[in-house]
Amino acid sequence: MSTETKVNPKSNLEKVLTGGHFAFTGELGPPRGTDAQEVKEKARFLKGNVDSVNITDNQTAVVRMSSWAASLLILEEGLEPNYQMVCRDRNRLAMQADILGGAALGIKNMLCLSGDHQQFGDHPDAKGVFDIDSIQLIAMVKQMRDEGKFLSGGEIEHPPGMFIGAASNPFAEPFEWRVDRLAKKIEAGADFIQTQCIYNMDRFREFIHVANEEGLTDQVYILAGVTPMKSIGMARYMKSKVPGMDVPDEIIDRLKGVEKKKVADEGIRIACEQIEEFKEMKGVHGVHMMAIEWEHKVPEIAERAGVLPRPGL
Amino acid sequence: MIVANRKPFAEIKEMLEGYTKVLNVGCGTCVSVCLTGGEKEVEILNTELEMARRLDDNPIDIHGHTIERQCDREYLAELDEKIAEGEFDALMSMACGVGIQFLAERYPDIPTFPAVDTSGLAVNQAVGWYEERCRSCSQCVLGFTGGICPITLCAKGLLNGPCGGTNMGNCEISNDQPCAWFRIYERLKGQDRLDAIKSINVSRGWKDQSPRDLLQPGYKKPESMAK
Repeated sequence: MSTETKVNPKSNLEKVLTGGHFAFTGELGPPRGTDAQEVKEKARFLKGNVDSVNITDNQTAVVRMSSWAASLLILEEGLEPNYQMVCRDRNRLAMQADILGGAALGIKNMLCLSGDHQQFGDHPDAKGVFDIDSIQLIAMVKQMRDEGKFLSGGEIEHPPGMFIGAASNPFAEPFEWRVDRLAKKIEAGADFIQTQCIYNMDRFREFIHVANEEGLTDQVYILAGVTPMKSIGMARYMKSKVPGMDVPDEIIDRLKGVEKKKVADEGIRIACEQIEEFKEMKGVHGVHMMAIEWEHKVPEIAERAGVLPRPGL
Repeated sequence: MIVANRKPFAEIKEMLEGYTKVLNVGCGTCVSVCLTGGEKEVEILNTELEMARRLDDNPIDIHGHTIERQCDREYLAELDEKIAEGEFDALMSMACGVGIQFLAERYPDIPTFPAVDTSGLAVNQAVGWYEERCRSCSQCVLGFTGGICPITLCAKGLLNGPCGGTNMGNCEISNDQPCAWFRIYERLKGQDRLDAIKSINVSRGWKDQSPRDLLQPGYKKPESMAK
């Protein structure tokens, strides 16, 4: 499992996973402005608590500080970025240029995504590029890394070393297709997978069972996506407004069952219970903690989830 | 067929602001079928313009003429006499973008304005309802997608299956927009042909980015027109 990065040394995340440790990754959304300090402050809560930090790329199609720039800022803070790249905003030339630039800056992981449709963001009239799709992006990065070739076939003088990530949503219809799509991402060259936020554990168990049966979990590292619910409103919003999200009523009922000021704590408790189960689940190699604008809670969550200390590699 | 939508009246009015003798040319083919730029629509627009300009105290002498096909020299020729005699100071076209350009090219000395926005290649779903089905990308994938075009009907034009935003069979952009890949999956499953989308579809060349022309086998460009 996993590729040998030929040029650059392995990323920390790759070392954690290949070393058989249960990975724990975090996420950081860059600011809608130029304040480097804001990135560094968020990073402070993640340092030492996670193996790598996803830096989102214009998430939800809203303009933010570029992912590679925020990645560089957290590198300077001694954290390891997982550079996200979406297909929505760049064509293949810009993408390859940014991959080279990112690698030159010391970025060693990247997550290849299609990206939310531009209609959702702050520039709904933007032209969505989608020159290539996420699977083609994965294949492109792999080709750049392993063959030292651009998508066009041209030689790259010093190829980028990247630990290649992809996303998987086990919940969107058609459900049966989700494992097939996972297989396609592995075939394209994904080394690791971070899933959509998981709330419907039954369905996720079924997904991972099929992936295990088909031998996919022996070919790729799967990090289960976890987002603690902060409020009942958030849970309702996730259930009804976020496409592809599956929030069972039992989650909402459980949050409703506690005192108002203890709802967030209950959200964290649910997340920790999930993590405990993932640790024991065959085919799951770690957790991707998406504490959306809740970076300051990550130390507490990591502590309570029993994933500390992180392996120092 | 090609479908188009009439431009907002204010935009049309503004384009013709400084012109007083105008010929509005309709087209009897696609735009007529999609109820945008045929004889009836030419009449309606002309009436609207006449009234609005009269109210502005800036009358317009607007004529209408609908030809069979504006994208065909043979039919455009019938306008020659009228345009020469009429001394129109502007032409307006209610044809698709192709027809408008052909009209402008035939009368290069007279400004030609579009009264419609051409939106694409569509099918007629019901009276007055047209659904785009083809982006004329020059690289048809319908063979392995069960006859459903992901370039046109997937909001992201994805080639390797549904994104994570599919929502109960609908697209993430709207519950009124079916997910193209959900439909592709269902159709191929029904045909027992899911293998068609299991292998990776590699990145493609976007052949619709530069001006294209088509010369059928056995034909050649007339010498007078060959560049």
